[in-house]
Formats: sequence, C-alpha cells, structure tokens
Amino acid sequence: MTQSVVVQVGQCGNQIGCCFWDLALREHAAVNQKGIYDEAISSFFRNVDTRVVGDGGNISKGKICSLKARAVLIDMEEGVVNEILQGPLRDVFDSKQLITDISGSGNNWAVGHKVFGRLYQEQILEKLRKSAEHCDCLQCFFIIHSMGGGTGSGLGTFLLKVLEDEFPEVYRFVTSIYPSGEDDVITSPYNSILAMKELNEHADCVLPIDNQSLFDIISKIDLMVNSGKLGTTIKPKSLVTSSAGALKKQHQKPFDAMNNIVANLLLNLTSSARFEGSLNMDLNEISMNLVPFPQLHYLVSSLTPLYTLADVNIPTRRLDQMFSDAFSKDHQLIRADPKHSLYLACALMVRGNVQVSDLRRNIERLKPSLQFISWNQEGWKTSLCSVPPVGHSHSLLALANNTCVKPTFMELRERFMRLYKKKAHLHHYLQIEGMEESCFMEAVSSLSALIEEYNQLDATRSMPVEDLPRLSVAM
Amino acid sequence: MSIVTVQLGQCGNQIGFEVFDALYSDSHCPQGLCSKRENEVYQASCKERFFSEEENGVPIARAVLVDMEPKVINQTLSKAAQSGRWKYGQHSCFCQKQGSGNNWAYGYSVHGPRHEESIMNLIQKEVEKCDCLSGFFIIMSMAGGTGSGLGAFVTQNLQDHYSNSLKMNQIIWPYGTGEVIVQNYNSILTLSHLYRSSDALLVHENDAVHKICAKLMNIKQISFTDINQVLAHQLGSVFQPTYSMEGSYHYRRNPLGGFKDPALYTSWLAPVNAFNVWKTQRAFSKYEKSAALVSNSQFLLKPLDTIVGKAWNMFASKAYIHQYTKFGIEEEDFLDSFTLLEQVVASYCNL
Repeated sequence: MTQSVVVQVGQCGNQIGCCFWDLALREHAAVNQKGIYDEAISSFFRNVDTRVVGDGGNISKGKICSLKARAVLIDMEEGVVNEILQGPLRDVFDSKQLITDISGSGNNWAVGHKVFGRLYQEQILEKLRKSAEHCDCLQCFFIIHSMGGGTGSGLGTFLLKVLEDEFPEVYRFVTSIYPSGEDDVITSPYNSILAMKELNEHADCVLPIDNQSLFDIISKIDLMVNSGKLGTTIKPKSLVTSSAGALKKQHQKPFDAMNNIVANLLLNLTSSARFEGSLNMDLNEISMNLVPFPQLHYLVSSLTPLYTLADVNIPTRRLDQMFSDAFSKDHQLIRADPKHSLYLACALMVRGNVQVSDLRRNIERLKPSLQFISWNQEGWKTSLCSVPPVGHSHSLLALANNTCVKPTFMELRERFMRLYKKKAHLHHYLQIEGMEESCFMEAVSSLSALIEEYNQLDATRSMPVEDLPRLSVAM
Repeated sequence: MSIVTVQLGQCGNQIGFEVFDALYSDSHCPQGLCSKRENEVYQASCKERFFSEEENGVPIARAVLVDMEPKVINQTLSKAAQSGRWKYGQHSCFCQKQGSGNNWAYGYSVHGPRHEESIMNLIQKEVEKCDCLSGFFIIMSMAGGTGSGLGAFVTQNLQDHYSNSLKMNQIIWPYGTGEVIVQNYNSILTLSHLYRSSDALLVHENDAVHKICAKLMNIKQISFTDINQVLAHQLGSVFQPTYSMEGSYHYRRNPLGGFKDPALYTSWLAPVNAFNVWKTQRAFSKYEKSAALVSNSQFLLKPLDTIVGKAWNMFASKAYIHQYTKFGIEEEDFLDSFTLLEQVVASYCNL
C-alpha cells in the first residue's frame, strides 16, 4: 500500500486541508473499530510514539498511539495556521511540518512565486524530504490551493516545479479553487493565468473547482433541509457539507460547508486505493486512464449523493438516481456543461454496496446522452470500493476529462485581457525581481495553446465516426 | 501429474481463489453418484493435481500468488484460511506496495525485470514440491496492468525456463464497455506476446459470463464474485479427472464419436481426430449430469477483431501513447502487436 502527502498552501488551501484531515479522521474512526494502525490509515497518517522525545518514533503496526497527518502546511500569513494549531486538530499536525511568514503575499502571484519561493525554497525542500522519508512507498502529493490569491497561487505553483525536480516519480494531484466572476480580488485574473501556466507544465492532474458551484450545492442542500417535506428527514452525518462527528465541534464557519465538499472529494478519490473492493482503482490509474495527452489533464468532478434521506431500504431506482445525478450540473464542483461538450474519458468511482451489474446497467442507460470522442467511444474507467463514506450506504464520484472546461478557461482569459489591456495593477507585479511583461505573455500563450488543443478535439465532433483502415497483412 | 497455478493481479487472484474452492468442493462432494472406490480415486487424483499435503492434513493449493499491491492478496489469503478446508502456502505470495496503474508497459518493462528472480524462485519452489509437473496454469486479465503486462512477462519466462512443460493461460476478456479505458491497448499487447510464448489460451469474456448470470441463473444484482464463481465452475468441470480404459483416473482420451455436423470441422482434420471426448462416471459438483465444451473455433474472431479495431482507432490518434513510451514500450512495439494479431484474425477468417 502506498502513502500520500498533502501540501496545503495559503489561506484557502489550509482551510480546506483542515476540513480534509477532520473528515479523514472521522472516516477512519468509523471504519477501523479496533484502533489498530493498518495500511489504510497509513496512507494519510503516521503512527507516532509520543513517549519518545524528539521526532517521535514511527510505529508501523499495532495499536494506534498518536496519529500524525502526512501534511506540510504553508502560509505566508500566520492567522490560519495558528488557528489550526490552537484548535482541536492541533495534535494531528506535526509542528515541524509548517512554514509560515508574517507579511502575506498581498494577493500577488509574483510575491508568492518569486519572493517567497526563493526565500523558502530550502525549507520547503527540507520539509518535503522529511515527509517523504516517513513514507514506505510515497505515491502521490496532493496540493490544495486557490488560484486567485498570492500565496496559494504563487507559492503553491512554485512548489510544483520543486516537486517535479525532487520527486519525479511521485504523482502531483492539484486541487485548485478557481475564482468566480464576482471575485473580490481584483488581480485574481492575473494570478490565475500566471498559475495556470505552472499547472499546465508541472501538474499530473488538476481538479478545478469554483466557489460558485460549491455555493450552489450548499443552497440546494439548505433548500432540501428546510423544505420540511413531510416524512423526509435527512441524516445529519450524511450531508456532504457537514462535519458532524468530526473533531471540530464549534460553530461552523461560513466557508466550512464549502470546504467540506472539497474534502469529501479528496476522500472519495482515494477510497479505492485505501480500502478493499471487487474492482480497485489506485491513484496512478487515474492519470493513466483519464489523461490521453499530457497537457489535457483537467478533470471535472461531480459528487453524489449530497445527503441521504433517513429511509433504510435503498431500492434500485434510488441507486440509478445516483448515477443520473452524477451527470447533472447540480452536482458538479465546477460550472461547465459536459453533456453538450465532448468527453475524452470518464471515470466512475463507486463506494458501498454496488455491484458490477448496477454499474453496467447505468453506463448503458447514460451513454446515449453523452458524446464521447471517436477514438474513445467506450472511454469509461470504473471502480468498486466496498467501504461507503460515513453516513451513506453508497456514493459516486465522477471524474470527466471533457472539453467543457474550455469556456471556463476562455472566460478566464477574457477577464485577464480586460485588465491587461489597461495595464491595470501591473506595476505591483513588474516591480518584483524576475517579473517582466514577457512572463504575462508566456502565460497567456500557454493558456491559448491549451484552449487550441481542446478546440481541435471539439472539431472532430462534427466528423462522422469512421473506423480507420486497418493494416492489411500478407498471408 | 500436477499443475502449478500462477495467479496474477486482482482478477487473477480473485478468480484463482474461486477455482481452487470449486475444485476442492467438487472433490469432496458427497453425492458423487459413483462407487466409493471410484470416488476415492477421483479425490486423490484431483488432490494430487492441484493441492499438496501438509502435516496437519489441510491441503495447500499448488499456487503462486502475484500482485503489485497488497490488498487483494491479503483478502484472498484470509478467505482461503477462514474456510478451514484448504489454504494457500504461507510463502507462496509475491507482493509489492504500488500497483501497475493499468499500464501494460509498467507491468512488463518495470515490474517484470525488477521482480523476475523473486517470482521465478517462488514458482521453482512450487514446482519442486510436485512429483511430476504436467504444466502451468496462469490466470490473468487482459485489461489491467499487472495481470496483463506482468503476466505476459512471466509466461515468457516460463517458456524460457520450463520449455518442456505446458503453459495454459486463462485470460479474462474485459467487458466491451469499459472497465479500463486503455484496455484495448493492454489487450493487444498481451495477446501478441502470449501468442509467442503460451501453448494455449483459454478465454472467458466478462460479457458472456455476465449474460449467463443474468439470463440463465437469474441473478438480480450480479457481483464480480458471482461472475468468478460461474467461471470457476466452468474451469473446474474441465479440469477434473476422467475415467480411462485402464480403470484408473488419468486424463486420457476416450473417443466416443463426436458431433455429426461436418460444418463444424475444418477440412484438414478428420472428425474423429478433431473431436475428443473425455468421459467420467463421477458427477461434478452435485450435478447429476454435466458436460463441458472446450473448443478452438472462430468463436473468438469477432471479439478479437473488435478489440483490434478499437485499439487501432485509438492508436491512430496517438492517445495515451505517452503513458507507454514513458516505460519503454514504443510505437513500434504497438505496430508489431497489431501486425501479429491481424495475421491471427486473417488466419481464422481463412478457415
């Protein structure tokens, strides 16, 4: 079994990370009743003997003594990280795995990337190496950050290059929060485009998420909870937004609900690698199956169910509804329209008591309404994990490599150009050593090239699906 | 005459367990519908073939379990041990920490050479336990990375080291509608390599077995366990000992005359030679009468053609190729595989 390390960068990254660790503990507590440190837990946690002074010797088997998250926390302001270290999760984090500063990046990618990157490169490398040493077999780095600010965006993407150089064999999965149109950070288009270039070049796989989608999901849930329909009660633990049963008992903060959704995404993504099932899917299989060309590694995610009603018996119809929901826009974590765009590949990661026949029946049912690229008509990757998430009997995570991300990127480019044409706020960036206008131009070209690749694939939609002439062999 | 089974990857190990279980259940089935002596001979023969004896009497499967990540093997070992009736050898497994990622190239070019010695040693140990080795039975899937890639590598090795023994590969043909997106690439690479090193390929299609579960057995919610059990049942009925002229249980031919329809036979083989029947008195697994048909026919032509076609389409767009070249499988290797398989398709067509 392999291990993964989470690197949470910036305010957004750390807040999501915090929710993630909370829910991960909750999930493992529910599954692992005996308190034995097993391989599933070891994928994200170390077992440390706290009686030993210093680093705390790693205990690889036996009872759980003290769990430490395999995480590196980075923020150029102290507020968020300090809060974490004073909160109920303080013992989960190794105090030596933090990098903080006081001044913050001022929502400036260049400060995060160039200034703090240079300043903290050595420290970052040291912490990453340390966390890798604690792993028996490190498979994956999960980077969590936002694109619109300065630290998550700048320093978070600086990290990617470091990871690629230092650990070339280890996968880099990036969860990126993209700014919505009404984002209050004016320079977020600059930050995002500059960060995109790094994601294009150094990430193995990116899960773009936008705040608006998360907000819409919460509204939908609130509506359901408050509608008070007769006879419908929702199990509180089952809300994809809830941290019920988790350590944080204090009143949920405004972004907590949204962050929990992303945390659930990461848990479900890794479930088949951690727990048993009849058709396992490891993390390296995600990249193998969903990334047909190296540049096109942006995956649209959607999560169901968002909540579970209190009735115990789940008829087949309800199960099928789960599959339909996964392909509805209401459940996506990014605003896009995959049904009217072209699928390059799609993965269905199922948890709970679902069998292969259920999978097949639903794929057959949904296939006609989805358009797959000509050379990947059966482009489905599936996995069945026996362990459901807490509060549910089953769940589904759908990951799609679909050209529907193109409009999102084009819009981002639009917003960027509106600012750039006026040279608005540019001086904040250009005054940083190492930043020139060419950096901006290169970043836009990188994005345009990506958009063009999607365009070319989209162009094949209008062509008839023909089989290409095969090799003819002499007998 | 013993058979050593090599179970590779998640599929191979999950099926392997069901096969041994089916063989064990059958040989210990109380309703043999034959004489006591016949039953005893049958049991002994089956046991000799697939199990070796341990001190406390619990039979140990003559098997080597290989997987590149530990979850499935752990499950398989504990399921066998829990049953209390038979089990796998304590040291018969080879496991790594990180799987092959559905990548044939990784299974074949990275895991293969890296673990060649360890795996071949395990197999050698198992072979040494046999009085008389009749051959190898390798269970693997074509769609994934370990079963397919490492399976092809191991089969090649077996060909090199044990060229006098028979190698039969049980390959699982994936569902037509994706389990794994790169399954067509993995399949053509596997088939083309196995063609050169295996003696016989016994094929089971997931789609076909699924239909059996649905239509003939009326199972509502079909799981992989159901599918594997049907498969194991079929394999079991093929593997069990048969009665011979001499009166003792050997796997002998006993020509009874075959099907009468000449269209079923090729022109270059007389019906009496083409059709072999093995008959046995002893009932299989509680069925009063049962028959199993193993055939080499044009039956697989269409599925093979389909897979080659889909793989070719994908190859033409160069999709996913970078994932293979990363580990040393170049476009030429793909082309070689395509060429070989087109020849096979053409050969079957010309019959």
